[in-house]
Amino acid sequence: MTGGITSPDAGWRQADRGPSTQHTTKKRRKRGGGRGRGEVAMVDDVEFTSYYGRQIVKTPVWKSPDVPLYLFLGGAAGSSSILAAIADLTDRPTLTRVGRYTAGAGSLLSVVALVHDLGRPERFLHMLRVFKPTSPLSVGTYILSPFSAAAAATAAVELLGWFPRLKRFGGVVSAIFGGPLATYTGVLLANTAVPSWHAAHEQLPYVFGGSAMAAGGGISMIFVPVDEAGPARKMAVAGAAIELAVVHRVENDHGIESEPYHEGRPGKLMQAAKTCTAVGAGLTVLAGRTRIGAIASGTLLAAGSLLTRFGVFEAGIASTKDPKYVVIPQRERLAAQQNGHASTITR
Amino acid sequence: MTISSASPGLAMPDPKNRLFGPLPDVSAEAGYEEDHPKRVGFFTDTSVCIGCKACEVACKEWNTLPMDDSFGVKDAMGLSGMSYDNTGQLGANSWRHVAFIEQSRAVDLPMPTFGRPGDDRHDHGASPTTPGDDFSLANAQQSVLNAEALSEFDPQTGQTGADKQIRWLMSSDVCKHCTHAGCLDVCPTGALFRTEFGTVVVQQDICNGCGYCVAACPYGVIDQRKEDGRVFKCTMCYDRLTDGLQPACATACPTQSIQFGDLDELQERADARLATLKAQGVETARLYGRDENDGVGGDGAFFLLLDEPEVYGLPPDPIVTTRDLPAMWKAAGKAAVMMIGVAVTAVLGSRRR
Repeated sequence: MTGGITSPDAGWRQADRGPSTQHTTKKRRKRGGGRGRGEVAMVDDVEFTSYYGRQIVKTPVWKSPDVPLYLFLGGAAGSSSILAAIADLTDRPTLTRVGRYTAGAGSLLSVVALVHDLGRPERFLHMLRVFKPTSPLSVGTYILSPFSAAAAATAAVELLGWFPRLKRFGGVVSAIFGGPLATYTGVLLANTAVPSWHAAHEQLPYVFGGSAMAAGGGISMIFVPVDEAGPARKMAVAGAAIELAVVHRVENDHGIESEPYHEGRPGKLMQAAKTCTAVGAGLTVLAGRTRIGAIASGTLLAAGSLLTRFGVFEAGIASTKDPKYVVIPQRERLAAQQNGHASTITR
Repeated sequence: MTISSASPGLAMPDPKNRLFGPLPDVSAEAGYEEDHPKRVGFFTDTSVCIGCKACEVACKEWNTLPMDDSFGVKDAMGLSGMSYDNTGQLGANSWRHVAFIEQSRAVDLPMPTFGRPGDDRHDHGASPTTPGDDFSLANAQQSVLNAEALSEFDPQTGQTGADKQIRWLMSSDVCKHCTHAGCLDVCPTGALFRTEFGTVVVQQDICNGCGYCVAACPYGVIDQRKEDGRVFKCTMCYDRLTDGLQPACATACPTQSIQFGDLDELQERADARLATLKAQGVETARLYGRDENDGVGGDGAFFLLLDEPEVYGLPPDPIVTTRDLPAMWKAAGKAAVMMIGVAVTAVLGSRRR
């Protein structure tokens, strides 16, 4: 990979601009916060060229508190609605009620966050002009709309104590859309040219699904009496385990495109997320049956989920700002194609 | 509500290459009747670009684009400080961007001595006709421009001292109007659409500024105007095309570096041009975005480059993100089922109070 990339011809080099345009990535080792033992170097020395060090893909214009918050709220609401519907069918009234309130509040807030992020919020309804399976945001609109309608209505009638049968129906409808609401957001981020999101396109839905269950279960643990919160604890721990396992793959399986998950602010957020989630899950197992333990571990799990969303979001943003995350993987792909089956690319 | 024609759906095996791969007729695939116009495009031949930026100016003028600096800050007049390029990048307000790259190379061997440019043209076999007539004179001039210009007698190449050679690469970048356009695929409102000419255009009265296209473009072309909220990019002068005119930039280009026309014709012309350059010893010439088997199914606006794409700020192997969308939806579906499975197990596995 070194040499040759920049100068297949007779040694042309960027003139007098060496440092800013002719980059060499530093050899970086994964910093695993104490878990780095036995890790191999993620990226070897690679020389690559860019246009005055400028980024190639555009940085997403999505605003920072809005979108990660939407990812978190949608996930927590989605998993809570599923838990509430099943709890309702198995006669667990407090768990049902808390789940419905969480789902209702989360869905309304996530609609607000999503609309607020638009460049032209007053044109939100333009989303409903078309249905496009190739646009995760379009599909998401048709998941979020029925979900938020059903979940908010269910939470409202729960609050008012009206129409018990309608309540159960609304709860089931929102539960049907709850899972897709929590996992489609993984596709929403991955279906972009953002290197560190797209590289993890088969994992992000599972990360967000697991994270959603950790958050939804954790929030329920905070508000539901411990003797009724067994399902919430189990879901939260399972979700946290899935989240941690799949995040590990996101952070390590994708070569240089995994790098932003370890570095700078996103790296710190991911580290904090993993710590919160792991400690929260452990505390749930150890002390989840005490009131204080449930509140503490539920809060930690929800915080871990929130931090995961911010970490993943910001890692993607960071990966757009350095051209190496675009150039090097694409160069490697081309080199592999030339070695493997040379006929596919001719330029 | 309509099912968008620009939306290939979830046809998983994708036999008609609706998400990825070569697509002979993009307009028909987008739902236009058989009698639609032929697909048009740009062929930007950077080997004859002189970096005059007439394309940028013509584009700004025709499309009344606001002023901004090289980082897209509106109404700021700043010098980039890196080269003659103060436009910096394509963006919401810059739909043509002329890149300037100054390169040097060490020269080991003593430089070959030249006669007058064109004197050695017969060695190249560039002039098949008898010398002396007008046609061969034209050929000779062409030959000066083509061969020596780029191999040994490059007007962009000067010598500074005995051991160093300098050359300038200039290239006018533009929206690629991809065969499989990521921006178009992910637009949730249908504001981005495929025109009858096979180009990709934003309908400004529909766009609600969700910004998804900005993140989805593998070339980093389309961008949002912060103060406006909506996104903007090259329309290939859709308004001019519908009136039978050429796009402003191609009209303004004084060296025919920017060539506009039917895409198939441009592709033939580009192939011939590449063959000419290769025959004349310009080893580094290559076409970019010409291959319909590339990651975006080929570009409607493609380039002849003299160095690797990333030197010009272009991605070396862009792939439309939607190629992997079926796999992503599958993962999301499985993850959603997993959530329900975990929740059911969690509830059933817990003792009732």
